[in-house]
Amino acid sequence: MHPAKSIILFTTLSGLGFGLMAVFGLGLTAVSGLTALIFTLMALGLAGAGLLASLFHLGNPQRFVKALTQVRTSWLSREGVLSLLTMAAFGSYGGLLFLGIRLDLLGYLSSIFALATIFATAMIYAQLRTVPRWNSWLTPALFMAYAICGGLLLGAQLELAKWASLALFVLQIAHWMRGRTALTASGSSAETATGLGSIGTVRLLESPHTARNYVTTEMAFRVARARVGQLKLAVIVMMIAQSMLLFVFTANHMMAALVIALHMAMTLTSRWLFFAESEHVVSLYYNK
Amino acid sequence: MTSLPTQTERRLGLAIDLDTCVGCHACVISCKEWNTSQYGAPLSDTDPYGSDPGGTFLNRVHSFEITPKSAPPQVVHFPRSCLHCEDAPCVTVCPTGASYKRVEDGIVLVNESDCIGCGLCAWACPYGAREMDAVAGVMKKCTLCVDRIYNENLPEEDREPSCVRTCPAGARHFGDYADPDSNVSKLSAERGGIELMPELGTKPVNRYLPPRPRDQIDLLAPLLDVAPSNPTGVLGWVERMMERL
Repeated sequence: MHPAKSIILFTTLSGLGFGLMAVFGLGLTAVSGLTALIFTLMALGLAGAGLLASLFHLGNPQRFVKALTQVRTSWLSREGVLSLLTMAAFGSYGGLLFLGIRLDLLGYLSSIFALATIFATAMIYAQLRTVPRWNSWLTPALFMAYAICGGLLLGAQLELAKWASLALFVLQIAHWMRGRTALTASGSSAETATGLGSIGTVRLLESPHTARNYVTTEMAFRVARARVGQLKLAVIVMMIAQSMLLFVFTANHMMAALVIALHMAMTLTSRWLFFAESEHVVSLYYNK
Repeated sequence: MTSLPTQTERRLGLAIDLDTCVGCHACVISCKEWNTSQYGAPLSDTDPYGSDPGGTFLNRVHSFEITPKSAPPQVVHFPRSCLHCEDAPCVTVCPTGASYKRVEDGIVLVNESDCIGCGLCAWACPYGAREMDAVAGVMKKCTLCVDRIYNENLPEEDREPSCVRTCPAGARHFGDYADPDSNVSKLSAERGGIELMPELGTKPVNRYLPPRPRDQIDLLAPLLDVAPSNPTGVLGWVERMMERL
């Protein structure tokens, strides 16, 4: 799949923002007054920036309001509605906190909404049977782990972040391991795609077009195997470094900033791979 | 609404004969011609005469080489377009309700004034049947020429999809799969019509008629037999002498 910058930025930033809302809403970061306002604005800013980035992916962004109408069937619609609900609930919670009013229930509610939003985002990908690497419960688990780990780091919950970063490491490796055989395990091949497998093995002799088209650039995107290996190694190194920092050193502002920077870089790299490495079954028609 | 109808009154679709298709791409061109000037936004081309040409098409013809276990490979031309699935995943993922499946005839369409161009339906389609138009920013797909098949301004013989009407080999057939006596239902039953990627559960309506088995008897074989005979007598002597030279 084509790794579009807008989507990578969107899932990363909004993941962090909603992760922070989930942590902050539970009252884990016990702050009030101006500090509470700063946390609130940071979470809303991240989520808002992510949502804004996602608009750049659209062909007709001016009609985005229509995307909030199909919650009965569409995960993308659910994500849109949930993200707005979360931001409204969390914004009121944080605003009231700044004014000295603590409504715990509203906090819990925004926390649940935030988790549901992250889940809905992940389900947009996990629901697609056409992309076998994504079509697994591991995808929402991984997205949730990235977001919660990032939220705990931003919310200065380094003790909990330790364990979250370990869980994230395990989930990421599991997602990659499953992904390696996902396409073959899905049972789709050039033979089932053409329905001609009963005659013999199928190979593309001539492409329907010599130039690019939407389908090939968007869904038959291929990335060099060597590059994938390098980037996966980079993610693993960053994950280990993050866990080491959290487990070995005592918390201070410098370290927290460093870990957050690491987490961001790691999330962006892994998200790029999440798209670039995933095969769409339509590529079976193109020998790609 | 992006919920799928539980049942459609008719199941209009195509039967594509892979035995007959010669891979001329005439269906591709006639499809582009009709659909760029009728229903919805035109099918744009970007940089058509430059170094990086691209364009929107609703139909594409691949050529595949099939290699049986114990026979020479054969070439199969393979037109690929929307299969108007009964369980169309492109419809349910749509966040705006722009994608829908018609209850009356099962045609899957896009309401372009509602489409935000997010591309999720194209991701959900296993068959690459949807292409986002680079200029209009909306999703384009086969409409089964909905603006031809019911069009009373056209002569009756033209009231079928443009690709079917134009195919010089007669490899494309249009009809109602809900009617067991329709041309497409009969063809599909006779020829063992294929469903593409059935493992994905999309329940496509269109069927592909597989190439008929190739003759295994070579009519020319006896005439071209070059197996050495062992002539005797004078002829044999001449042949042995010639071999020595």
